[in-house]
Amino acid sequence: MTSASRDTKYFFLFISPWLAGFLVFILGPVLSSMYLSLTKYSISDPPRWVGLDNYAVIFKGWEPSFYNSVKVTVAYSVIAVPLGVLVALLAAMLLNVPRIKGMSYFRTVFFLPSLLPAVATTITWAFVFNPKYGYLNAVYASVFDGEGPNWLMEHTLACLVMIAVWGFGNTMMIFLAGLQEVPKSLVEAATVDGANVWQRFWHITIPAIFPVIFFNFVVGIIVSFQVFTQAFVFREVGGAQINEKAVFFYVLNIYENAFQNGRFGLACALAWILMMAILSMTLVQFYLKKKWAPYLEAN
Amino acid sequence: MRNGRMSGARAFRPLVYAVLLVGCAIMLMPVMAMVSTALKSMPEVYAPEPNLIPASFHFENFYKALFDPAASYRPFNFLPALKNTVAITLLNIIGNLVSCSLVAWGFARYQCRWNRPLFIVMLSAMMLPSIILSIPTFVLFVKYFGWYDTLYPLWVPSFFGINAFFVFLLHGFFRGIPESLLEAARIDGCSEIGIFSRVVIPLSKPVLMVVAVFTFIWSWNDFFTPLLYLEDESKFTFAIALRQFVRGSQGSVFGTQWNLLMAANIVVTIPIVGLFFAAQRYFVEGISLTGVKQ
Repeated sequence: MTSASRDTKYFFLFISPWLAGFLVFILGPVLSSMYLSLTKYSISDPPRWVGLDNYAVIFKGWEPSFYNSVKVTVAYSVIAVPLGVLVALLAAMLLNVPRIKGMSYFRTVFFLPSLLPAVATTITWAFVFNPKYGYLNAVYASVFDGEGPNWLMEHTLACLVMIAVWGFGNTMMIFLAGLQEVPKSLVEAATVDGANVWQRFWHITIPAIFPVIFFNFVVGIIVSFQVFTQAFVFREVGGAQINEKAVFFYVLNIYENAFQNGRFGLACALAWILMMAILSMTLVQFYLKKKWAPYLEAN
Repeated sequence: MRNGRMSGARAFRPLVYAVLLVGCAIMLMPVMAMVSTALKSMPEVYAPEPNLIPASFHFENFYKALFDPAASYRPFNFLPALKNTVAITLLNIIGNLVSCSLVAWGFARYQCRWNRPLFIVMLSAMMLPSIILSIPTFVLFVKYFGWYDTLYPLWVPSFFGINAFFVFLLHGFFRGIPESLLEAARIDGCSEIGIFSRVVIPLSKPVLMVVAVFTFIWSWNDFFTPLLYLEDESKFTFAIALRQFVRGSQGSVFGTQWNLLMAANIVVTIPIVGLFFAAQRYFVEGISLTGVKQ
């Protein structure tokens, strides 16, 4: 046997679990969801071909929650992603200041929340936000000397944004790793040339870690379009105390259509619309990066 | 000039501490709320101005939440959920370690014309929103495999090396293993499988630890999969047992039993905190190497 064909043999031998898994758990489902999105299907009866009807139903607004769930999800993404990236970047810069005592403890406190089970933290936050006996309004009352707002009912989406921003630890760790890569010689040279903290941040740090900022943005958008657990749990814990419409995220709508109302075809169509939205958002971001990169380098 | 800037930096330092401390207070607020509420009596939970330090410490809340079926109208299924969660987590760790390292080694070691295209296919699957896969997968598991209300959907897929993050991470590490080492093993008469299991795997402990700790976290915290598949309470994992307990504790005539709910929250959360402190450096490594996100 030639060494090339021997390599081919071992290649397929080693990747065979993935090949099987890819066909059964990825390619198969992708193709079937594409097909199911063109059918009416309730799992108990065989799928019935309806062509593009599901998509028509969705875009004409006959699926009653579609436009609301898009609005909620987009509003959430637009606020939570930039805010989360900004907070994570600032925190990473703070945690990168040299010679601070107890730095490893600070890093732990900022990072650890992002690893905790979303169910447990969301339940806890729902308690913290409780307008009557929660901790947030206790803090509010002691700072502003007055009754705090009804977070759960009037600022439902803001609650979820706060929960998301609180879990910025992952993003922050990626920034911290990026900040270690910023060449020290560059920073020192700028300092010798008389650049102040702000100028060094704007003209050296930002361009140097721009790829990391970009990465966190792209991943942040992808993740935020798929929020499910926090919204689901928050809705359940909040009960009648929250504005239910404001937590009806896009994936929550897919979940209810498929797994509670048995509209698998419609849910697949919704999932494909989400897929296309994520894909196009990612492409737009890559396009913007290409367009803006020269300006950043000119800095 | 230089001295001026140094003193500027020194003046800057207390400000950094101040911001860090305020940040810590905000980050820890829900954690403190969790702990303090778990130790309070019901009347104190509903006091209009909550105290951070409970007036009296009710450690029996933990016992009530975990073991006393009469404490709420639908009890927190502690022991079955513990057993299920630990079993699922261990199976997922084993599955990911074995399958992802085999697959990553195939991609890292054996060059052929299929290698690059398939590697790109594997990585691009990361882009797919999981919900698009979960509907047809549900149909497959429930209708064709008869896996509804079983634990299989929660662990079987991890034996197929389809976690692209891990394959990518391991691939990068394996590529760095010096060729000379593998050549030496081959000259000593080691088979290809032997090279993998006796040379590569022992060399890769740090990166395998990264895979193990992240699998632990994801598996332990996973809410969506058990929510889809599990119906019978004896099969619940912690994530959905907690959700169930929310309802159980809401049934009380006194209002939601937040103290018991928080006690259960703490019990579910503590293993993650423990794992973090035991394996801190692997988390940091894993995140900085790949940028994985939950």
